[in-house]
Amino acid sequence: MSIYMLCLVLFACGLYCILRKRNIIKIIIGIIIAEYGAHLFFILTAYRMQGRSPIYSVEADIKNMVDPLPHALVLTAIVIGLATTALIIAIAMRIYEKYGTFDITKIKELRG
Amino acid sequence: MGASNIIPLFVVIPLAGAFLISLLGKKIKGLADIIGVISGLSLCVLSFYAVRLYNIHGVLTYSVGAWMPPIGIGMIIDGLSAFMLVTVNLVAFCVVVYSLNYMEKYTAKGKFYTLFFLMLSGMNGVIITGDMFNLFVFLEIAAVASYALVAFGTEKHELEAAFKYAVMGTMGSLFVLLGIAFLYGYTSTLNMADMGAVISRKGTGNIVLMVIILFLMGFGLKAALVPFHAWLPDAHPSAPAPISAMLSGVLIKALGVYALCRIFYNVIGVSPLISSILMFMGTLSMVVAGLLAIGQWDYKRLLAYSSISQIGYIILGVGLGTPLGILGGLFHLFNHSIFKSLLFLNSGAVEYTTGTRDLQQMGGLAHKMPVTGATGLIGSMSIAGIPPFSGFWSKLIIIIAAVEAQKFAYAFWAALISILTLAMYVKVLKYAFLGNLAEKWKQIKEVPIFMKLSMSTLAIICMVGGVLLFANINDVFLNRASENLLQGRKYAVMVFKGIRQ
Repeated sequence: MSIYMLCLVLFACGLYCILRKRNIIKIIIGIIIAEYGAHLFFILTAYRMQGRSPIYSVEADIKNMVDPLPHALVLTAIVIGLATTALIIAIAMRIYEKYGTFDITKIKELRG
Repeated sequence: MGASNIIPLFVVIPLAGAFLISLLGKKIKGLADIIGVISGLSLCVLSFYAVRLYNIHGVLTYSVGAWMPPIGIGMIIDGLSAFMLVTVNLVAFCVVVYSLNYMEKYTAKGKFYTLFFLMLSGMNGVIITGDMFNLFVFLEIAAVASYALVAFGTEKHELEAAFKYAVMGTMGSLFVLLGIAFLYGYTSTLNMADMGAVISRKGTGNIVLMVIILFLMGFGLKAALVPFHAWLPDAHPSAPAPISAMLSGVLIKALGVYALCRIFYNVIGVSPLISSILMFMGTLSMVVAGLLAIGQWDYKRLLAYSSISQIGYIILGVGLGTPLGILGGLFHLFNHSIFKSLLFLNSGAVEYTTGTRDLQQMGGLAHKMPVTGATGLIGSMSIAGIPPFSGFWSKLIIIIAAVEAQKFAYAFWAALISILTLAMYVKVLKYAFLGNLAEKWKQIKEVPIFMKLSMSTLAIICMVGGVLLFANINDVFLNRASENLLQGRKYAVMVFKGIRQ
């Protein structure tokens, strides 16, 4: 049980980082941490106590296999996360070109 | 099975369009425009054809790669999906026609169309998919494309808004992913229909409550309901006008409202708790955003706040859970996507000719831009709920439904905010289009032909939108969609019947 909780703690760490940090790069790192928390949690739903690898053969019984599906799903989610992170970093670079700073308290022309 | 072969086309056509435009658009001049219009038009026609097919054959299902659901990924067109497809693709076609002229002032038109069609394929995918994880993937395709589109101008404001939007949007997606992980752990299936069946067998425990909260946060962020709305008033005005129209008109509805309704009604099953949360959040968005909107002086920012307020109406209508409420909510969804994209296209036309979005600097533009002025008047009257226009009927239905369900407080707020909406659009009309023409705008001309064409089309739909309530049309279009939500978890039975055929 505690291992599931640790994943959510990791997620919460990322969330804290996004909400509290002022540096754009640190916010991006927060997103990545939160993403890892979610991915690890998803992987853990596949875990079976003393399960074996999910390779099917004729004589082996299908009991107590690790669920292979979440692994495939998390792979997809990681790729999506990569695309998002790359885009956000590209935006962050352009912001630095325009504003000359990574501090979000100095980047606030939009309000109201 | 023949009829259901059109389903994957809704994802394939925009993807192929995006690919071809990015590959060939630079080499052959004008090709990007041609491919864009052809894909937009064919999607629009196909979506109407899908409504017709649904009315003939019932639920259409397509198994991707011939793997039968619930093992493989299923794509499903039922009444609600067909309804949403028409809404999304109709607006998308008008926006493509509008961009033919409007996007000339940006340098990379090909890249714009590529991102646009990626976003469109993501939205269509969210609407037709019957698989929970597939929904997440399509949601991310649409979201990532929209982050890039908000930053399209790469000026200070655009980048700031895009960063804010990207961070908040990514958080929303992560909540959705966590919710899917919980739901998969609980039901051990990913097919939405199958999930619904398992949940009605196993009952809703604490895990489902957790999933409800996660989805409410995740899709609430995408739909910009009030506690989660902070990104929208920055992101929507910063994007180029056609994209603002797409984002406000259909993206927040396809990714937010549609996904929320589909999952809460057809998978988890709506309970009084969910219903009251939805109604409360809807009313809160309606009131808070309405009050914030009226003080804005930036044309597009005012429209963006008003979008949040109108989303509140939709959520209130759908959250009521009565047949009339859901009908009103969906009708308002359709109307809002038409008139809000019209209004954003109008603001784009004003920005195209005058180069400003500040309402205080405008004035009397209707003298020089008659088409923009007239369509702006129609759009504003429609969103404010003046009788012959479409917005009036949907708001009326929502308020009547709220009174029928004994929710008098919600009905009161809905009526009050309707008056506030009228006030805010009278302000827009007064400052932008009516009054005396300022000296510096003496030289401006009306916008080019394609922009006029697309705005007039949307304005005509606004005017005649009320006919959707006539018995014959209502039966094949709106009623089918609300029936699909009302049947709740019987969705599973319906889908699996479709698969076995």
